[in-house]
Amino acid sequence: MSLLEVRDLSIHFGSRKVVDNVSFSLDAGEKLALVGESASGKTVTALSTLRLIENARLTGSIRFQEREVLALPEEALCEMRGRDIAVVFQEPMTALNPIYTVGQQIAESLELHTPLRGGHAWSEAIAAMRRVGIDDSERRARSFPHQLSGGQRQRAMIAMALACNPKLLIADEPTTALDVAIRLQILQLLEDLRAQAGMALLLITHDLNLVRRFTERVAVMEKGVMVEQGRTVDVIERPQHAYTRKLVNSRPDRRVGPPGDGTIVEARGVKVTYEIHKPGVNGWFQSAKFTAVQDVDFDLAPGETLGVIGESGSGKTTLALAVLGLVKAQGDIRIEGIRWTEADRAARRRLRREIQVVFQDPLSSLSPRLTIEQIVGEGLEIHEPQLDEAQRRERILAALLDVGLTEAGRAEPLLDRYPHEFSGGQRQRIAIARALIVKPKVVVLDEPTSALDVTIQKQVLELLAELQQKYRLSYILVTHDIDVVRAMAHRVMVMKDSRIVEAGTLEEVVSRPKSDYTRTLIEAGAA
Amino acid sequence: MSAILATSPPTHIPLHASPGRRAWRRFRANRLGYASLIVFGFLFAVSLFAEVLSNDRPLVVRYEGHWYFPVVQTLPETTFGGDFPTPTDYLDPFIREQFAKPGNFALYPLNRYHYTTINYFAKSPSPARPDRENVLGTDDRGRDLLARLAYGFRLSVLFAFLVTVASTAFGILYGALQGYFASWTDIGMERFKEIWGAMPVLYMLIIFSSLFSPSFWLLVILLSVFGWLGIAAYVRAEFLKNRTLDYVRAARALGQSNWKIIHRHILPNSLTPVVTLVPFEMAGAVGALTSLDFLGLGVPPGTPSLGELLQQGKDNLDAWWISLSTFGVLVVTLLLLILIGDALRDALDPRKVLEAESGEAKPGGTPAAPELIVKATQ
Repeated sequence: MSLLEVRDLSIHFGSRKVVDNVSFSLDAGEKLALVGESASGKTVTALSTLRLIENARLTGSIRFQEREVLALPEEALCEMRGRDIAVVFQEPMTALNPIYTVGQQIAESLELHTPLRGGHAWSEAIAAMRRVGIDDSERRARSFPHQLSGGQRQRAMIAMALACNPKLLIADEPTTALDVAIRLQILQLLEDLRAQAGMALLLITHDLNLVRRFTERVAVMEKGVMVEQGRTVDVIERPQHAYTRKLVNSRPDRRVGPPGDGTIVEARGVKVTYEIHKPGVNGWFQSAKFTAVQDVDFDLAPGETLGVIGESGSGKTTLALAVLGLVKAQGDIRIEGIRWTEADRAARRRLRREIQVVFQDPLSSLSPRLTIEQIVGEGLEIHEPQLDEAQRRERILAALLDVGLTEAGRAEPLLDRYPHEFSGGQRQRIAIARALIVKPKVVVLDEPTSALDVTIQKQVLELLAELQQKYRLSYILVTHDIDVVRAMAHRVMVMKDSRIVEAGTLEEVVSRPKSDYTRTLIEAGAA
Repeated sequence: MSAILATSPPTHIPLHASPGRRAWRRFRANRLGYASLIVFGFLFAVSLFAEVLSNDRPLVVRYEGHWYFPVVQTLPETTFGGDFPTPTDYLDPFIREQFAKPGNFALYPLNRYHYTTINYFAKSPSPARPDRENVLGTDDRGRDLLARLAYGFRLSVLFAFLVTVASTAFGILYGALQGYFASWTDIGMERFKEIWGAMPVLYMLIIFSSLFSPSFWLLVILLSVFGWLGIAAYVRAEFLKNRTLDYVRAARALGQSNWKIIHRHILPNSLTPVVTLVPFEMAGAVGALTSLDFLGLGVPPGTPSLGELLQQGKDNLDAWWISLSTFGVLVVTLLLLILIGDALRDALDPRKVLEAESGEAKPGGTPAAPELIVKATQ
């Protein structure tokens, strides 16, 4: 007898069908992964087992412990949520209520579903926090969500979900928002607790590494349709469906050429500090300094890629902005021998042309109210104002062709469209075209693929490698993803807490890491 | 990568349009708001021609073989066979008789009174109830109420329009500078705004209206000078948010000038709350002018004003037609503005935008959790 039995489930939002005839089942204590890219319907499918989605029309059947969820009255559902089925969401900061302490929120869940009240509930909450490995849990229980680190918040979320010993735990991308180094810990914790309590786990993820390591069975979804399901080893070793094969082979291949000689960017002793205001009256008279980057040295040759790797808050993005001359930095950053601070207006203008940038989030990196022609053509207006309308348009079309952005082989129909008409991967191509149209020598890539789906990631990285060889570009690649570095970089710098902990060629750093920190990062990536 | 553009899902709003145009389409889809805009626009356009529609001078006169255009000419009474070289009173029964003679004629406006017209030949004492002569009756000085309401409406809307344009323009400029340059510029300008906002507007108005003789333009200036604070706060917040977005960084990395970044990149993306606020600002300005006039601090005496009419209504409670009709005009004006504002807000609300474009516009339905809709529409 299975614990959860989903039969022919279809989900509509208005007239749009987002999930089409999905069936799967889950036995008590079993671990099932629901895999797919964004918009594949995996989250909607999982959350509909609790009927947590408003405005959705559900058809088919969802049976939990032999009871039909779709026919349950609202009160019975409320009882079931949290007690029988619990959910851990992707982003713990928004899943926890910011105005209550963590302990209060766990205790609330206990009071709702168990006979425990008041002080008993509170001490049980503290015990639950201890079980998920939060040190000093009595003090931490009195902390507000913002006072905890990302990892601790996610642990608190897990404590809350598991406090009532549910029979099924739905984990929706539980580690995607966390730093690589703690992802493994959190998943290991989840697995340990699951095994102890004999819970069933429904893991929603896009990361096949996690699936391989933590689940027994896997179901693959594409655009609302379940294309394949089976035992994890079978599916990953011998994928039957084309889409699954594409997912399994989405690890990017290395296709970079050898770097050239000489130096195009030279950085010595780079240091970036921010002033931060001290709280209270002190802040009126003095301000503290926060050092985001210090003691950074590197050289970059033409055609070379320097991978800068580190977790969030390590200062890698600030370093990128300093190289771009967008934040003030001390020390010496020379691009073709010219320093940002020494450059006059004309020289700065020339420097701007030499070094360009592609940002992480293709949603926010394109102004939503400009057409593609305006966005891509902006650099030409600034740096080559002598071009007339027709010449400019020709260059824009060439740039779009370069990044492979065409419709039926032509780029013309795209010129007067707006960014919202494009998918994430296409927008990233537009951002690359905007950077390349002024013919820069150096491009800073700030997490260029981390907002994209895995299969798109691969395409974008291949495009970047191709463009590098075509135009002898140098890349400064800022990322937290060791796979991306493996595929693209010639040399690697590992950053932690504003400093470089390790630097060297890709071979040296990845195969023979010297510091423990680098080892953790590499292990987490290979999981 | 040839078939890179997936076919877009069928929606009633074509994707291939600028965000501004799509907002306009959503606005039009709101029938109540769109109808309000049309009615308001019509009323305002009509009121701009008040001199032709409600005037005590005929539009065209043919008198003893000559053509006259009293609307634009001032003619002495002697022109039409009167005794005195004073400007003609066209309501005078003698003049009317002259025009009624064979060969002569006069084309009068729809309503034969100007807002200043005092009908010396009225049959009933003022304030006179509505009758055939004065459709809505007269005020306590015998002036036609319909004429005063029409001109008063026009004045109120023009006033509101000027105040809104001036305070919005200044608020955008101030908020933009604050938000774009941030840090010390922002801190300094924010303190100034706080000091400015702490000034008691009503007392300032009382003081100013006793220092200078109150006039329309003085009021426009005074209300604009205090009206920009709210707009500036919204624009500042939008700029603070947008200046850190990657498309602004990308423009800076391209070497784009500050001025161009402000007006080309950030400004168009920061105007949503401003556009939403405009109708409400106008409604507020109409209300402000009315209350100042009601208190006697507003436009100079004799000017057609809704507030002054309300004041009369209060003084002449038995003349119900004064307060009732003025109240009606005010309610309709404010209601139309607020309905327009409401529709505009819905058209620009990002949550409703997603809902409308995922093809499930359900008026009154609870919007689903935004993150789930986002997933569904991607």
